[in-house]
Amino acid sequence: MLEVQNIKKSFGRLEVLKGISLRVEKGDVVAIIGPSGSGKTTLLRCMNFLERADGGTLVFDQDSFDLAHISKKEIARIRRKTAFVFQNYNLFLNKTALQNVMEGLIVARKLPRSEAEGIARQALEKVGMLDRENHYPRQLSGGQQQRVAIARAIAAQPEIIYFDEPTSALDPELTEEVLAVMRQLADEGMTMLVVTHEMGFARNVSSKVIFMENGVVVEASGSKDFFQRPRQERTKEFLRNISKSPQKEN
Amino acid sequence: MSERLWGILIDSFPKILIPGLTATIPLTVIAFSLAMVIAVAAAMAQFAHVPVVTQLCRFYIWIFRGTPLLVQLFVVFYGLAKVGIRIDPFPSAVIVFSLNEGAYCAETVRAALEAVPSGQLEAGYCAGMSYLQTMRRIILPQAMRTAFPSLSNSLIAMVKDTSLAANITVVEMFRATQKIDARVYEPLALYIEVGLIYLLFSTVLTWLQGIGEKKLGAYEEG
Repeated sequence: MLEVQNIKKSFGRLEVLKGISLRVEKGDVVAIIGPSGSGKTTLLRCMNFLERADGGTLVFDQDSFDLAHISKKEIARIRRKTAFVFQNYNLFLNKTALQNVMEGLIVARKLPRSEAEGIARQALEKVGMLDRENHYPRQLSGGQQQRVAIARAIAAQPEIIYFDEPTSALDPELTEEVLAVMRQLADEGMTMLVVTHEMGFARNVSSKVIFMENGVVVEASGSKDFFQRPRQERTKEFLRNISKSPQKEN
Repeated sequence: MSERLWGILIDSFPKILIPGLTATIPLTVIAFSLAMVIAVAAAMAQFAHVPVVTQLCRFYIWIFRGTPLLVQLFVVFYGLAKVGIRIDPFPSAVIVFSLNEGAYCAETVRAALEAVPSGQLEAGYCAGMSYLQTMRRIILPQAMRTAFPSLSNSLIAMVKDTSLAANITVVEMFRATQKIDARVYEPLALYIEVGLIYLLFSTVLTWLQGIGEKKLGAYEEG
């Protein structure tokens, strides 16, 4: 369904992505893990054009796009099929929870207000936030804001949702409430690409794991294989290091 | 106080207040509205780094912030007349006050735009909205909320600055007072009187600012 080939990105002289390729099939939940500074977030941002890649190809539903020279129109077309959940939520601060979910539907998708409101309420219900629909972001906890952000993402009925460290700004309890929503989405067959430090999520929810370091993919495999039969030395070392601290299971 | 002085003060009150209502307030309202349009446009152009337009905006702001308001009034009213561009006093004042105020407010609005977290724009993009849609519905409303106290401040300052229009023969409150004083020669009482009317106008605006801030503050309450 989605494939990127040889994606490259530098900030000045710092080469952040050194030719990354990956494939996502419909229904996949792909966890991208790796140490901080390995380029995970940049990869995700390049894939949704929040950063312009220096090179590489994106194939979406059989359409191929040159990432370095993609047009605004093509970007808009791809974005209609994707949604993005940010580490720090980025809810529209001047809009209530309900308005946050409706905004894109009304403005970008031109849905009639009543229809948008119905879809938005359904999405809020799914993440357990319907009772807070009239709250502004600053009146909500981090976990609640992130759940509204996920509702905003699913309301757009995307083919894939990108998650950029969705729980990194949350305490353990709030992390759990957000992960529960993500698990539910995964169970329903939503295609997801998740940059995360939650090893429990990578192990138990994701179907594939991509391990990145220094701008390259070290290892990519099914999540069972990744955790039980890692092939690369670096992956084995990484798994040994993280198993030294008690792991929370999801 | 003598009976004569009381008589003058009571007599002059409507003669000062009426030009206030027919000149000072319209001049302020019209010029400030135009200034807002200029400010938002100039701030947005700079925020988006539109080439050439950004440089033009910087130049415009440089000129109008860097020269005295009184000089600007004289250039437009007396100066331009010399080269055949005759503009009536009131429109001259409107032009100068809106350009001058627009230059200051453009900086206020630009700073407020830059204070909106960049993630707001990215979230708009990811929701499928265009740059302009996100600016109009998400970024600008938040920026105007931030800018509101400073803009109110500018408005209050402007009400009083309109007295400078007296120098280009606009009969607003101050010039009306000067005219009365020329006849009766009671400068202390008359200029305190007009000062108090300006104070009244400012007080009303300050009060309105409070109401406005409360209304706009809804989404800030945690």
